[in-house]
Amino acid sequence: MTARIGVVTFPGSLDDADAVRAIRIVGATPVALWHGDADLHDVDAVVLPGGFSYGDYLRCGAIAKFAPVMSLIIEKAQFGLPVLGICNGFQILCESHLLPGALTRNDHQHFICRDQKLRIESTETVWTSDFTSGQEIVIPLKNGEGGYVASEALLDQLFAENRVVATYLDGNPNGSYRDIAGISNKAGNVVGLMPHPEHAVEALTGPTTDGIPFFTSVLKSLVGAS
Amino acid sequence: MARVIVNVALKPEILDPQGRAVQGALGRLGLTGVSDVRQGKQFIIDLDGELEGDRAELMGKLAGELLSNPVIEDFTLTVEN
Repeated sequence: MTARIGVVTFPGSLDDADAVRAIRIVGATPVALWHGDADLHDVDAVVLPGGFSYGDYLRCGAIAKFAPVMSLIIEKAQFGLPVLGICNGFQILCESHLLPGALTRNDHQHFICRDQKLRIESTETVWTSDFTSGQEIVIPLKNGEGGYVASEALLDQLFAENRVVATYLDGNPNGSYRDIAGISNKAGNVVGLMPHPEHAVEALTGPTTDGIPFFTSVLKSLVGAS
Repeated sequence: MARVIVNVALKPEILDPQGRAVQGALGRLGLTGVSDVRQGKQFIIDLDGELEGDRAELMGKLAGELLSNPVIEDFTLTVEN
């Protein structure tokens, strides 16, 4: 049986369909999860997709963290459920305190949409083990509130514990402290990423296929565990 | 009835790009000597009855968990019963 990877759709999610497609491309079974679900439908991992959950009212991700499906995900993530939050999903993970720090409005005030070069800093997470450390990739980035902020002490800790998953290269697009594009929790099962790997999984529609290893990484960890 | 007013603002150490943009606009419109602008949010919550006991406690908790993000924001809460 192939691994079942859930993709949560909140009211206002945009990139759930692309996340489903990425999961299918790497050979796993995508499972649609609805924000109101009180059941995770036996998924082995979860992707929180990009978009504007609940209209991004109040703060990005602030209302989504109280969705019924999120209370299950928050609980299971603490016991090792692999969770990847992309863009709005990253914001939801920070609001849920599964990841430390917060995402704030881009320092230059503009929404930005471009193909972004990144360096993979940590391959010690379940979502990045298929990369090589220091590997440079290009995937799309699109956000208005993507500036990662945290205290100096926390930033030092994230680097010291190898929890910075990726950093921006060739220009910081949003004012993120220390060029941080993504981080993980201590156990490495929860990863938040501001750029979009699910948009870079096919030559026809993406700038590259550099997004694929995020999804093959988790698949290998699930196969290895079963 | 009770009226609860919750003011939320980014912590001083967090960059406030909106406040900075407003600061620039104030200067362009001729207001001199603007040394800083911080932008925040105000929630005006009207409640039936007095706010006391468990409900007051829950209101305070939600001001810190829903209305503001303690990682980047501070809030003040005042009640007019």
